[in-house]
Amino acid sequence: MAPQTLLALGTVILLLPLLTFAVLIFFGKRMGRLSGHIGTAVLGIDVLLTIFVLITKYTTKFAETVANGDTGLFVKGALIQVKFTWFSIGNFDFRVGLGIDNLTAMMLLVVTLISFLVHLFSMEYMKDDSRFPRFYAYLGIFTFSMLGIVLANNFLFMYVFWELVGLSSYLLIGFWYEKDSAANAGKKAFLVNRVGDFGFLIGILFMYSTYGTFVFDEIFKSMGMGVLPFGSGTVLTIAGILIFCGAIGKSAQFPLHVWLPDAMEGPTPVSALIHAATMVAAGVYMIARVFPIFTADASTVIAYTGAITAFMAATIAITQNDFKRVLAYSTVSQLGYMVMALGVGAYTTGFFHLVTHAWFKAALFLASGSVIYAMHRSAHHLEDHHTDVQDIRNLGGLRKTMPWTYLTFLFVTFALCGVPFTSGFMSKDAILASTVAYGMLTGHWLIPLMGFAAVGMTAFYMFRLTILSFNGKPRNKIAEHTKENNFYIVFPLVILAAASVWGVYSLNPLNAHTGWFYEKIKQPESAVPVEYQWKHNLVEKEYDNNPVQGAIAGTTSAVEKEETITRFEEAVEQAHYPAMILSILIAGGGILFAFMIYQFKFFDADKFARQLGFIYKFSLNKWYFDEIYAMTVIGGTVLGAKLLALFDNKIIDGIVNGTSWITRLSAKFTGIFDNVVVDGMVNLTAKVTGIFGLGVGKIQTGRIQTYVILAVIGLITLIYIFI
Amino acid sequence: MGGYISTVFGSSILTWITFLPLLGMIAMLFIRSGKDDDTKANTDKIFKWMTVGITFVQLVMAVIIYLNFNNSLTGINNVDGFQFVEKVSWIKATLPMVGNININYFVGIDGLSAPMILLTALICFCAALASFSIKKSVKGYFIMYLLLDIGMMGVFVSLDFFLFYVFWELMLLPMYFLIGMWGGPRKEYAAIKFFIYTLVGSVFMLLVIIALYFSVGSFNMLDMMDPAKYLPGSLLAGVNTSWRFIAFAALFVGFAIKVPIVPFHTWLPDAHVEAPTPISVILAGVLLKMGTYGILRINFAMFPDGALHFQFWIAVLGVVSIVYGGLCALGQFRVGKRDLKKMIAYSSVSHMGYVVLGMSSLRPEGMVGAVLQMFNHGTITAMLFLIVGVIYERSHKRGLDDFGGLANKMPIFMGITAIAFFGAIGLPGLSGFISESLVFLGSFKTYPYLTMISAFGIILGAGYMLWALQKVFFGKLPAIWSGPWDPTHKIYKHDDVNAIELGALIPLAIVVILFGIMPNPLLNMMSASLDHLVEFVKVSPTLFSSIL
Repeated sequence: MAPQTLLALGTVILLLPLLTFAVLIFFGKRMGRLSGHIGTAVLGIDVLLTIFVLITKYTTKFAETVANGDTGLFVKGALIQVKFTWFSIGNFDFRVGLGIDNLTAMMLLVVTLISFLVHLFSMEYMKDDSRFPRFYAYLGIFTFSMLGIVLANNFLFMYVFWELVGLSSYLLIGFWYEKDSAANAGKKAFLVNRVGDFGFLIGILFMYSTYGTFVFDEIFKSMGMGVLPFGSGTVLTIAGILIFCGAIGKSAQFPLHVWLPDAMEGPTPVSALIHAATMVAAGVYMIARVFPIFTADASTVIAYTGAITAFMAATIAITQNDFKRVLAYSTVSQLGYMVMALGVGAYTTGFFHLVTHAWFKAALFLASGSVIYAMHRSAHHLEDHHTDVQDIRNLGGLRKTMPWTYLTFLFVTFALCGVPFTSGFMSKDAILASTVAYGMLTGHWLIPLMGFAAVGMTAFYMFRLTILSFNGKPRNKIAEHTKENNFYIVFPLVILAAASVWGVYSLNPLNAHTGWFYEKIKQPESAVPVEYQWKHNLVEKEYDNNPVQGAIAGTTSAVEKEETITRFEEAVEQAHYPAMILSILIAGGGILFAFMIYQFKFFDADKFARQLGFIYKFSLNKWYFDEIYAMTVIGGTVLGAKLLALFDNKIIDGIVNGTSWITRLSAKFTGIFDNVVVDGMVNLTAKVTGIFGLGVGKIQTGRIQTYVILAVIGLITLIYIFI
Repeated sequence: MGGYISTVFGSSILTWITFLPLLGMIAMLFIRSGKDDDTKANTDKIFKWMTVGITFVQLVMAVIIYLNFNNSLTGINNVDGFQFVEKVSWIKATLPMVGNININYFVGIDGLSAPMILLTALICFCAALASFSIKKSVKGYFIMYLLLDIGMMGVFVSLDFFLFYVFWELMLLPMYFLIGMWGGPRKEYAAIKFFIYTLVGSVFMLLVIIALYFSVGSFNMLDMMDPAKYLPGSLLAGVNTSWRFIAFAALFVGFAIKVPIVPFHTWLPDAHVEAPTPISVILAGVLLKMGTYGILRINFAMFPDGALHFQFWIAVLGVVSIVYGGLCALGQFRVGKRDLKKMIAYSSVSHMGYVVLGMSSLRPEGMVGAVLQMFNHGTITAMLFLIVGVIYERSHKRGLDDFGGLANKMPIFMGITAIAFFGAIGLPGLSGFISESLVFLGSFKTYPYLTMISAFGIILGAGYMLWALQKVFFGKLPAIWSGPWDPTHKIYKHDDVNAIELGALIPLAIVVILFGIMPNPLLNMMSASLDHLVEFVKVSPTLFSSIL
């Protein structure tokens, strides 16, 4: 197949959901329930096309072509891309484009398949909503923007779709905008993301002003040839961290993770699609996309951010009581794992966890949706409108009434906890092995430490959730009267759970490195000059022969590379089995602990919480992040804005009005002066002249004799003076 | 490109587009406003539709100009680069002491003014439709409206400084009356404030015009850009002299008041709050652009040495405007009456700051971004004020606390509002994104730190816009809105937007989306001229010194 065809298919995949958006936003109201069918059908086509693209991409070796000039079709290595001019200024073209490589193809499948299943799920879940067509329209624009991020081969498109994803997230979180909490959550998500985008934007500005292009491979190429922003590796580190800021916002990393739990105000299918599987993974995907630009220092920052996020979110998830919030914090924690993996340099592993997590987390959320939906119906039936059906303390015993939901939920919980024979086990262990290897090589042991701690906590809170919700006896009538949902809801769960079986990725359940995934998704070479890279990431031979210079990305041939592996890869292999055994033990311990407390009740959970005192409260209140932000950043900005508005009103306008007052005052004085002095003078002059005239008038007698005498006197006087 | 239509009945199409409203004014003078309610309603309708018709013909002419515009010509200081030129001797006199005065009627456009012509025609048409809500002395209103239209078009087409000044002042008069007579409760205060502020700016400008005239010996703007035309030994001759810097600063202040650049901006919130909807639309849509247009056309092109000398401080003023305006807009949620119009007025200050920052970069991206931002801010902010007008028409309220939950009552309106609000936030796919990005790309190369500070504007912008959107459209409808419809005051009526309102909003919405996805038509139009301007400003001072 020609590479053009593949790109054309990619474009069709991208544009189809936009088409549903356009159709449904204008005609959705008239279509009613049909709009759901249309949206789902279109996504179904998208999935089929994507599978076709994926298989073609993974099985075909395309001949390399290079277009003449800057625009056109480019095929190089595994990357097929098209570049074209979006707009131009004078002679300068702003070039953008779409690209498909193995990473893209995999991510396309993740997005379209989960989107399709969510479309299907929502047919039942959203069926009574008055804005049902609107919901499908929004899902359409979300899918479109997300696919745009996936297909973008340049920063400009990346940023464009990045923002559009933010918009669709805003619209979907605030879908039930009559509720203040939903409207607030949407706004919060958008604003917190904007803070991240602020950094992202500046990072992009660094890239553009240095390389004069937005296209990734061109930037990598120039960087590989030694061009650095402001000629400095430190600036490159800063630029890399700034670009990473975008991922901090979108992938809800510490310290900008606060929006994601609130985003659970959106309808649950949305939580599954956007806030678990795809959009929040966009940040991780972006890091993977621009992976070659990160210096050793920038990578370390990324690794620590991920590790802290993974740990922190896990500690919070332990105490939450809202079904969806537990899952939300678990998402934050798992995103932390992915970011951490990319930070330590385990590219394929980080992306592998993104993919495995997408399936099982989407399944968890859809299962929670299934529970909430069943509880709602039951509550509606019993005419109970007060009980919070999302609170796990109101659930219980759902195992009997909702067997399908229970079984799928249990299986994907295993995957999340890292129990063997699941996909999650393989990806998580690969991450932990990488962090251990990283610790061995660099001495940053805190990163694996936090990673392992989070494993235990994850196992604990997930089984706390499972046991409280599904095991035991129903805690109330609502839970007792729940019924299993229909095909629309159960089918997606089954598919997603099936995708979480180990065999999908590798036949060996203990090692994913032997499977197709690691074969197809290869770590790209770093474009950063060697002196700013971790030395352990260099191929041994290069490292020995050229400790400082020379080994620039792209100069080593593929043959040489296959023969040698980096020290990091070596260390990962060494760490693999010890890390695996340790993680199984820790996860097992967490599960056991959860059973002892919540199933067998060896300890009283409440008593335990009381004993922990502050630590418990700290976790329950989510480390007080919202409160701290409200006091500092938000409070500060709002106070500043308020003071500035007052300053504007009182001082600047005061000066203006003061000037006007002074002018009027001086006008008044001038008026008085004018009236009294100037006019007085005028009148005085007139008066004097009048008096004088009156006096002189006396001389004017009208008699000729007087005039003659006066003339003679005058003449004599003149003669007297001049002669 | 279509056929080359440049003249109509022997006169430049620019003359026609400028003075077309005059025909309407004269016609209106002969129509007597009806005495009783019935006939008055009829004549009012005639005035309204006449204005809509005239502005529509102007819009068509603007499109013809666009279609016949040659993108490759430069303009700015190059007389051959101007298009649709008409030059007729206007005033010729010999005065004692001054000598021969030769003032030309000299019009023409280049890539800097052509987008402004399009913008003016578009905004005037939309605002004319929005003027249907005017009830008081309709005849006077529309005569003033058309006079304002002449003034605005005239400013953008003039190439003779005297002519420019005449149009500049001509615009002031109707604006004063339109705010002062058809405005809100504090209209007198706002009108006089607007008038005096602008007049102060005009005085500065007039002084420089006189100085320039005595230095060059003509009012021809292009001559004033050519150092060879300056009389040796005259006040403004030479390069980098202190008199030239003073003249630059005086002109800059004059134009900065109009933009407005902080700290010369306080007339704007008052004027916007008090002005009737269509006048707010014109004020934000066109009038503010005259300030930045003047800075580019006159300050930068006539005093390139001054532009280079003050470049950094202009950038600082731009950044201050962006952040200050943004914070003040956000501050409206905490102090005062939480007036929606005031918030949008401050957002204008912030968004015009991008224009100033972009031009100060003296790079093609920044310069094109600045002019594109002028256009985009014009259309987006016009939409915002039209939106406030729609709400105000129905409720006679404008406060942010008076609303909520309109999304369900007025779904079509909600959709259009979302376009405008997200356009103002700078969402990709809408026009504001392209221009803001270009400004950032340009200014980052020149002033990286200032640009980083200015990027806070994108957070602030999202903050106040989303806040306002939530306050007005989300949540629940306040009790007053669910009360019965009051037929006497026609308030509490919350139908969705009507056809006339849509007629004003839809064209703007289309433009905002279209130029967000395909900015090339506009960019191509302006980039030759603006590239040339950047080159001219950067090169000419050194070139001048070598000549002189």
